[in-house]
Amino acid sequence: MISGAEIVIRCLQEEKVDCVFGYPGGSVLHIYDALFKQDQVKHILVRHEQAAVHAADAYSRSSQKVGVALVTSGPGVTNTITGIATAYSDSIPMVVITGQVPTAYIGQDAFQECDTVGITRPCVKHNFLVKDVKDLASTIKKAFHIAATGRPGPVVVDVPKDVTAQMCEFEYPKTIQMRSYNPVVKGHLGQIKKAVQLLQEAKRPIIYAGGGVILSDAAEKLTDLARKLDFPVTNTLMGLGSYPATDRQSVGMLGMHGTYEANMAMHHADVVLAVGARFDDRVIGNPAHFGDEPRKIIHVDIDPSSISKRVKVDVPIVGNVPDVLDEMLKLMDASFKTDKVAVGDWWKQIEEWRGRDCLRYRQSELIMPQYVVQKLYEVTGGDAYITSDVGQHQMFAAQYYKFDKPRRWINSGGLGTMGVGLPYGMGVLMANPEAQVACITGEGSIQMNIQELSTCKQYGLPLKIINLNNGMLGMVRQWQEMFYSKRYSQSYVTSLPDFVKLAESYGHVGMKIEKPEDVEPALRQAFTEYKDRLVFMDFIIDPTANVFPMVAAGKGLTEMILAEDL
Amino acid sequence: MRHIISVLLENEAGALSRVAGLFSARGYNIESLTVAPTEDASLSRMTIVTRGSDEILEQITKQLNKLVDVVKVVDLSEAAHSERELMLIKVRATGKDREEMKRMADIFRGRVIDVTESTYVIELTGTGAKMDSFIAAIDAGLILETVRTGVCGIGRGDRILKV
Ligand SMILES: Cc1ncc(C[n+]2csc(CCOP(=O)(O)OP(=O)(O)O)c2C)c(N)n1
Repeated sequence: MISGAEIVIRCLQEEKVDCVFGYPGGSVLHIYDALFKQDQVKHILVRHEQAAVHAADAYSRSSQKVGVALVTSGPGVTNTITGIATAYSDSIPMVVITGQVPTAYIGQDAFQECDTVGITRPCVKHNFLVKDVKDLASTIKKAFHIAATGRPGPVVVDVPKDVTAQMCEFEYPKTIQMRSYNPVVKGHLGQIKKAVQLLQEAKRPIIYAGGGVILSDAAEKLTDLARKLDFPVTNTLMGLGSYPATDRQSVGMLGMHGTYEANMAMHHADVVLAVGARFDDRVIGNPAHFGDEPRKIIHVDIDPSSISKRVKVDVPIVGNVPDVLDEMLKLMDASFKTDKVAVGDWWKQIEEWRGRDCLRYRQSELIMPQYVVQKLYEVTGGDAYITSDVGQHQMFAAQYYKFDKPRRWINSGGLGTMGVGLPYGMGVLMANPEAQVACITGEGSIQMNIQELSTCKQYGLPLKIINLNNGMLGMVRQWQEMFYSKRYSQSYVTSLPDFVKLAESYGHVGMKIEKPEDVEPALRQAFTEYKDRLVFMDFIIDPTANVFPMVAAGKGLTEMILAEDL
Repeated sequence: MRHIISVLLENEAGALSRVAGLFSARGYNIESLTVAPTEDASLSRMTIVTRGSDEILEQITKQLNKLVDVVKVVDLSEAAHSERELMLIKVRATGKDREEMKRMADIFRGRVIDVTESTYVIELTGTGAKMDSFIAAIDAGLILETVRTGVCGIGRGDRILKV
């Protein structure tokens, strides 16, 4: 017989978890003691529980594994909420183990008690309170199973302290059967046939690929399919890397800050093949405007509730993306023919749109943020893992770093959480210790989890922080400039720290870069001389730079504001 | 359109709040909700009366199915079904009203289940509309208290909701 605490650790070992991110406290002391007595599961001690969850989330995004976080009850749990909600919005598989007060104290307003199951319910795929040590192993098994299958998501397992002390035989179930949870895998063959038929008839087709392609590891299959069809491919913010951005068929990201060609092609397409994407408001703009144009939509998604939620779909296919794409490819035999002539004309039209060169940007005496991202792309050979925060810098990163591979672009798309960038960098580095990892951030966002510089020092995580410092909450300022007659209400950040000294005080390398000609040498130095160190690069950029193209909130996808319009 | 949705779900702590939370978070309307264990004690059956367009109903059923504790969902109102509600109504029953209340209860096939010198408790089952008309038919000033269970429903004939 072993204790509940030891069972928790044994379960993690059985799940081949090599690292958990966490922070100790009263209710998880038994678990931390069990952790101490083994060395199979490594623990990363963060400086704030929010960062533990973000790091576990990024660990998952940048690998194919389930991220794990471990926190104490009460404030430990409430600090995780932003992290859990962020992962939930982007369907990231994650297990969060939370301590709870002893079962006999639950409901008594005990010290560090909170209703964890209640407080996390709206932002988890599922959660559990384990009241009996006999249920502990099977519950953790269920948690991993639920997190990783179907449409993935975070699962919370709340474990009262007395349960971690009780003794029990340990047996980890090999498989789990749940009558109430059986996500579909195979798509409906009849529907897939209909889809393939539509693809043959399409005259102005587009493939619209989202985060689901990355989550289901279907990037290669999608690329095969797209190449076979010779159709244009556009990616959502979450889908970047699911199709190589440098390929001719890629028309780039679509949506609010998408490319001119992607938005025009999406709007004017007669057949849209949507794969693992959900037509959200930042992607299609005003749904009524989008709906005005007649088109046929094929929608492949693992989650039936994503289908026909915001736009009516003609051919819904519920299933696991790689399985469905496989079936499609199988059906495209010798007799399969697309309309080459019409699609050729469509490509001419797209090239004309592409000719607008919508990502051109104004030159300046000062450093332009776009330029920094372009240089970063060159210096890293386009092969780095890029985490970002939320704001203008995030959009510049998405627009100017060309992701050719999946799981390289790590950002909070759904919830748009400022403060993820640094902990995301930690999670990526734990999952990919040899990789080049850069965090593109702003001076606003980075300060939301700046304390993690300390964690990075403790574990020697050589993150390269690219701080695009405009002294402004830039994205807020951009909206105020454009839609609030330049009334810059609370979007100016004063009293910024000296980031170089700050980084140095944590034991890292700090650099301040103020001239365009210094950008590239500084980046090179960071990735060669300081390869093994964390480098905080404070780029003082042109504070007036704005993100274009832009579809204003509530506008149609084709009603873009381009840089040249201003 | 009014819909009656039947849900089979794991009889576990918190399952009800997952359903209730889903409806409030997504802004779906709940006219009534009833829940109790089935003949298989590990399963509960819930009946939800809601209103919404076809698109909203499609989302409601999909979102319900997505809840990990939910085993099965059907929209009973899509085909022939029976629905019943139980109401207990306490009324003043003195003087000439005493006779009249008994008569009304009989007309509506209700039963008087509690009697004091001045009050009756009348039990009534039927559709929601029947309860409404009973309430409308008696003198409002005589109603002391009402309690209704909300609708529960079942498909007719071979339509069976089971695991
Ligand atoms: C936690 C959180 N609070 C507020 C916001 C709203 N918001 C979106 S972008 C932004 C400004 C970000 O500023 P900064 O990090 O400096 O990046 P910049 O836009 O200047 O590149 C704000 C406040 C948010 N996304 N997340």
